[in-house]
Amino acid sequence: MTLSFVLAGFGGQGVMLMGQILAQAGMQEGKNVTWFPSYGPEMRGGTANCTVIISDEPVASPIVDTPDVVVAMNIPSLLKFEPKLKKDGFLFLNSSVIDRKPSRNNIRIIEVPANEIADKIGNLKVANMVMLGAIIAATKCVRKESVASALEYKLGEKGSSLLKLNIEAIEAGIRHVGG
Amino acid sequence: MKKIMMKGTEAIGEAAIMAGCRNFFGYPITPQNELTEYMARRLPEVGGCFLQAESEVAAVNMIYGAASVGKRAMTSTSSPGFSLMQEGISYIACAQLPAVFVNIVRGGPGLGDIQPSQGDYFQATKGGGHGDYRLIVLAPSTVQEAVTLTELAFELADKYRNPALVLADGLLGQMMEPVEIEEKQVSYDNSSWALTGAKDRPPRKVTSFNIDPYELEKMNLKLQEKYRKMEQEEPRWEEFQTEDADVLLVAYGTVGRICKSVVRMAREAGLKVGLFRPITLYPYPYKPLEELAKHVSLILTVEMSSGQMLEDVKLAALRLTRIEFYGRMAGVVPTPGEIFDHLMHLIGRR
Amino acid sequence: MEYKVAYRMPESLSKKQFSYCPGCHHGIVHRLIAEVIDELGIREKTIIVAPVGCSVFAYEFFELDGTVAAHGRALAVATGMKRARPDLVVFTYQGDGDLAAIGTAETIHAANRGERVTTIFINNAIYGMTGGQMAPTTLLGMKTTTSPHGRSPEREGYPIHVCEVLKELRGVAYLARTKVNTPKDVINTKKHIKKAFLAQLKDIGFGLVEVLSTCPTNWGMDPLKAGRWIDEYMVKEYPLGVFVDKVGEEK
Repeated sequence: MTLSFVLAGFGGQGVMLMGQILAQAGMQEGKNVTWFPSYGPEMRGGTANCTVIISDEPVASPIVDTPDVVVAMNIPSLLKFEPKLKKDGFLFLNSSVIDRKPSRNNIRIIEVPANEIADKIGNLKVANMVMLGAIIAATKCVRKESVASALEYKLGEKGSSLLKLNIEAIEAGIRHVGG
Repeated sequence: MKKIMMKGTEAIGEAAIMAGCRNFFGYPITPQNELTEYMARRLPEVGGCFLQAESEVAAVNMIYGAASVGKRAMTSTSSPGFSLMQEGISYIACAQLPAVFVNIVRGGPGLGDIQPSQGDYFQATKGGGHGDYRLIVLAPSTVQEAVTLTELAFELADKYRNPALVLADGLLGQMMEPVEIEEKQVSYDNSSWALTGAKDRPPRKVTSFNIDPYELEKMNLKLQEKYRKMEQEEPRWEEFQTEDADVLLVAYGTVGRICKSVVRMAREAGLKVGLFRPITLYPYPYKPLEELAKHVSLILTVEMSSGQMLEDVKLAALRLTRIEFYGRMAGVVPTPGEIFDHLMHLIGRR
Repeated sequence: MEYKVAYRMPESLSKKQFSYCPGCHHGIVHRLIAEVIDELGIREKTIIVAPVGCSVFAYEFFELDGTVAAHGRALAVATGMKRARPDLVVFTYQGDGDLAAIGTAETIHAANRGERVTTIFINNAIYGMTGGQMAPTTLLGMKTTTSPHGRSPEREGYPIHVCEVLKELRGVAYLARTKVNTPKDVINTKKHIKKAFLAQLKDIGFGLVEVLSTCPTNWGMDPLKAGRWIDEYMVKEYPLGVFVDKVGEEK
């Protein structure tokens, strides 16, 4: 079983961190993982994206032609990656930012008003974690506990005060898709 | 040992420290800055020396200095910076100093771009600097292998008193994968040559210089003898599903692992495709490739260049089988799908 | 009858015969360095980094461990040595082309970082080894094989004043310009060289002594005339003196 993800959005929306936590959680479950970021000028204000692969077997190519999952946090990301999504693949949309509908009908579309949910929790910055909650609930790629412990690892001691807020956001994302 | 997620660049840095390297001299250039920054942070913690040089030209000569007084030393750069280091590498090779280089290759020529490339293969394996010298060149395809090969680079550099290069690309440098890094310090004896001060012994000179051509030729012959020994003993490669293969993909580094996905796609389509992945680019594993070439009807070499390693594939397999090439340049990474499509086209399945 | 040693070869010089031209000042400066190393008792831990140029063989003439750097890179090599082995004493011996043309960046940055190394800089206003081409320190009007009409500021620019450039850098602990064309200057130069080594030994910073020197062969003069030429022309362009001294008086 191999799942490939492309996570994309504006710089500052936390797509890189989202991908890293996903990969970290996969590793903690004993799976093979890779995380590969777009780098260079894209990092500076434009759209950023990363590719994550979680697999039961050693990961060969760290890049994919047709990802199983696309996460679009903004419109440019939707335009760029929707065409590449695998048939029957998951398309996660941050509907707080994306005010249009995808054009394909052979994919599974999950709209998540990530900013609004995050705002209700009390911090817009955790919109990425809301989205991450939705991703793990819908795709079942990793368990919530693994994500929580990955998050703890990534935030480290300095960020321990933020842990509760982030986990709350993940849970809100899970609830949103009925997980 | 616990696995941790690390970027390729950072994993190389930690591996160098675990191999006993305590001296790093470097200059910022994308896409390898994480390695330089990692060493700036880490080396002082282990009592080592990190120094940001004023240029790659200075950095390589600082390596020469540190190596000549008997200390393990390394630097890291990316393509244009590696070009600037070539003169110094030639000196280091001739002076027979152990030193480790990392080139996280980016698109070229010229200023090029900062995306992954394999366009520095000729420079790495065929020279680059002046004179008859060789660089040990190791090409990892995963972050874990980058760790193993960085440690091996120090080991081989010490063993042969020769510069060794870890040749990776921006993709491997930037990606994160789980790694285990174990301490692997191989002790070596430099007491017969290192410049430590002429105490209780005659003065010692480390140079790449001899004005007498006959004497300099003797030095060259010694180097050549060393290279022949490397060619006998050090070639390393990986074979993947080659046992029954009728078509052989040949690729190294990042493209090597991308081609593994192509092999899987081809196998699912019922085609007998295997992969030959050179790990040492110098010394190149000509012999095993020659053996495999005798049993396949097609070799497809895939590179992120115009076909540089292709020349070595031809040296190994010319006239033994049909040899084709697929490459992308300038920082474009070929996807498994496009390589697969090209393969299908070659064997007339599309 | 008892004999007293009045004169002997410094231990830090090897027995190899110098290969320099008659009237060239390299030999004098080599000897002064060797005497200083002997007096400081540091021979067994001192490393010489020779340059590319006439003094490319300098490492052969000292009874020291040593190397030859790539052209212009002596101070980068010395930096690598000293950083890796701070317990060693490291000095470079460089000419004007090596230090002030191709190696300008290495010179300025090593000095600016205050590398604990010492540099002896031989300024003879010409490229000797390659046969008399223009150096960065070639005087205005001076004819060389690559400035056959005489150096002009419009065409070749002005002579570069290394000490005056380096004196602004805070990493520099000792900086002086001298000459060795009279016995008095020879004695004086030795004192400067010693202080440039002390700047390193006392862990204060970078030390450099610029020695205005002759090149009778490429200047096209006999040794005596070349010696006088230093006073008549070189000193006027390059005033002697101590530019930086953080070492203080010797006790």
